[in-house]
Amino acid sequence: MSVLAPAGVLRGRAPALRLLRRYGVYLALGVLFLAAVLLDAGFLSAGNVRIQLFQVAPTLLVALGMALVIGTEGIDLSVGAVIALAAAVIPLYIGWGLPVALLVAVALGALGGLAGGAMVAFARVQPIVATLALMIGLRGLASLVNGASAKPVTDRALLTLGSDAFLGVPLTAWLAAACVALTAVLVHRTTFGRQLVAVGDNRRAARLAGLPVRRVLLTVYLLSGVLAALAGAVIVGHGAEADPANQGRNIELDAITAVVVGGTPLAGGSVRVLGTVAGALFMQLTAAVLTQHDVPASLTKIVEAVVICAAVYASQERGTR
Amino acid sequence: MAQAERPDGPAGAPAPTEPAAAESAVALAAAAPVLAARGIGKSFAGVHALRDVDLTLRPGRVHALVGENGAGKSTLIKVLTGVHRLDTGRIELAGREREFRTPLEAQRAGVSTVYQEVNLVPMMSVARNLHLGREPRRRGLLDLRRMHREAAALLLRYGVDTDVTRPLRELGLGAQQMVALARAVQVEARVVVMDEPTSSLEPREVDTLFSVVRDLTAHGTAVVYVSHRMDELYALCDDVTVLRDGRAVHTGELAPLARRDLVGLMLGRTLLAARERAARQVPDPGARPALRARGLSVRHRVHGVGFDLHRGEVLGLGGLLGSGRSETAKAVVGALGADAGTVEVDGRRLARRSPAAAVRAGVVLLPEDRKAEGIVPGLSVRENIVLAALPRLSRAGMVSRARQDAVVETFMARLRIKAASPDQKVADLSGGNQQKVLLARWLCLAPKVLLLDEPTRGIDVGARAEVRALIDELAADGLGVLLISSDPEELTAGADRVLVLKDGAPVDELTGDRVTPDDLLAALAHETRPGAGDEKTDDEKNGARR
Repeated sequence: MSVLAPAGVLRGRAPALRLLRRYGVYLALGVLFLAAVLLDAGFLSAGNVRIQLFQVAPTLLVALGMALVIGTEGIDLSVGAVIALAAAVIPLYIGWGLPVALLVAVALGALGGLAGGAMVAFARVQPIVATLALMIGLRGLASLVNGASAKPVTDRALLTLGSDAFLGVPLTAWLAAACVALTAVLVHRTTFGRQLVAVGDNRRAARLAGLPVRRVLLTVYLLSGVLAALAGAVIVGHGAEADPANQGRNIELDAITAVVVGGTPLAGGSVRVLGTVAGALFMQLTAAVLTQHDVPASLTKIVEAVVICAAVYASQERGTR
Repeated sequence: MAQAERPDGPAGAPAPTEPAAAESAVALAAAAPVLAARGIGKSFAGVHALRDVDLTLRPGRVHALVGENGAGKSTLIKVLTGVHRLDTGRIELAGREREFRTPLEAQRAGVSTVYQEVNLVPMMSVARNLHLGREPRRRGLLDLRRMHREAAALLLRYGVDTDVTRPLRELGLGAQQMVALARAVQVEARVVVMDEPTSSLEPREVDTLFSVVRDLTAHGTAVVYVSHRMDELYALCDDVTVLRDGRAVHTGELAPLARRDLVGLMLGRTLLAARERAARQVPDPGARPALRARGLSVRHRVHGVGFDLHRGEVLGLGGLLGSGRSETAKAVVGALGADAGTVEVDGRRLARRSPAAAVRAGVVLLPEDRKAEGIVPGLSVRENIVLAALPRLSRAGMVSRARQDAVVETFMARLRIKAASPDQKVADLSGGNQQKVLLARWLCLAPKVLLLDEPTRGIDVGARAEVRALIDELAADGLGVLLISSDPEELTAGADRVLVLKDGAPVDELTGDRVTPDDLLAALAHETRPGAGDEKTDDEKNGARR
């Protein structure tokens, strides 16, 4: 009884505050964008916009999978290692053509995700521990496959994917946008998406309602692995080199940040796809604006930390149940 | 005994003296209450958990505290032991008014608690747990040797012979409970509160516990004993206070109180004439039952429960708290891992045991704990209703809004669910409407068997009547309904037969003219306590079938 009391109190909050919480990230993104343009009109130049999109695309891809996982009250720390694994295998198979290399990378990402999902769904290992173990293991596997040194990539198709643009927008951004649309449909319009949210909100109720809880968990981690592998291909193509030792490092943290800033509660039960996009863009723009105005990197990091704290604080209040 | 004698000093406090000092207290305080609580009131968010409750504990006596779920037992204990602050009333300890702001304060004043769940530190050693917060020290450092020596000696008296340097969690649950008990008693308590201490104990350990309690009372300690096991209460307790809906409805000596009267007090039996029940067709006993359960067993909870449930029949499942009612229902749908037993639906055995498989076979459970296991609070009324039916309302995995709306509209109207719109969050609805949403979730699947665990708990009177009428209606439509309720009126009025469980095993089955509240109370007060012996439970199971 006492546990339930606070929820009733919170529910009576002013709707304006609710709206701010819900749409605050878009407002913040708009304000930041305006500020960036006002400070420096060059911010709107085609070149700069393209650079920002190139940089945000892989993070966004990873963040989409992360949002799904977080929606089930989980977390996936292994995504950076999946990228490293993709970077390790792509040079080995790129000789067969981009589709084959992509397929291998994505299949390995799916397998990695399945392994993490199985630990969570069947062995009931805590997600943070399961994917931490997976992260370490996959990093090891990546360096086992392709050593520690970076390898140049010359495949024309992969370089095109990584660096070309269509209608002035990078192909990688189109890819990310397509994945955003697919994820949004998945979450809001499919049986699986609705089951995912229910599992994250009240797992016991979902189980008693006969939902395939384990299958949902497995699938969510699998998707996260697949999206991370795609991000790996994008990173390798854009950098024109495969560097398993460095590529994808800390990207799991950027992805979690984007998801959290985007308003998806860590307690699960809600996946905000567009919010995640806004969160990823917001973090990207924050760093870009500060860097372009010669704010030292150390200070930029501190500003990012403040943003994360604010976002987590807001999402905590929202998530109180 | 003066306040200052409590061994609470952090530095160099003498080894906790054994209850020798308390010897004199027996003679001294034959009648004076050691603890007197008067007019205790406590509410959470406007809901009264306790109202004007009195409790008087006398030295050397065991005081039973009984009541069904939500009666206020736990709240009262928590108020007494400083976990909750009281809203109204006063607590006197040895004649002095006291207010405990924290459990530690209560403990230092001599009020110790052994909780139902062991609340020690599982990773720490047994000895450390025993001395937690008052470790013996020497020159500012922990005196480990003394700690281990004392701990081992102490535990031996509780029948626990173990290496006290092992982490606590390596001990069995019963042994852990003993450590918790030893710890509570070691604080030289004047009052020891035991909240269902035997729930995880083996029979042998229960005996040890009883002798510890008797030892305590012999030394003048007052014991509050919370349990719903009748045999234990009558074996151990001198006095009893019965709580119901946050009020003390009875207090006095236990021995003169007949068991069935005690049960009646707990359940709030009011002497009403048995309600007229809609005449229902008696199912053909030869017909294949909609649901057949045989020999269901869940470790420590359910022992060999079996029953047949026919179409159009409402089978009641009666029993006191902890009798295994809910566990039986959960074992049927596979939500609780059963050690043994089979479930057949329409003569076909369920091979895979999981809620999903049960739902597919048409057996669904409305859980007792609506908030924790029923609703998905963040989702809308619509989404909660269609949750289980999603695959059926989708095409190629894409949900069809039109089909959803049709179902949601139908059932919101049929069950008269009051919500601003189907898009309202289900958490914002009243308890009664939430319950109807959950019923709608199941009914839209057109199930064969409905298991209802306390379907009217926590909902208002109007909704309660509607739910009861709905149960009759569903049975008339040919559903098999298993009804669990702790309200004897509701159970006997709603059910055609009642299977009575006690300590996880069937003890009686009420049929025909015996489906009355009186007979139910008599059955609930059943004297014998079936052991874990399988033969016996088998016999009883067979007896209960027909």
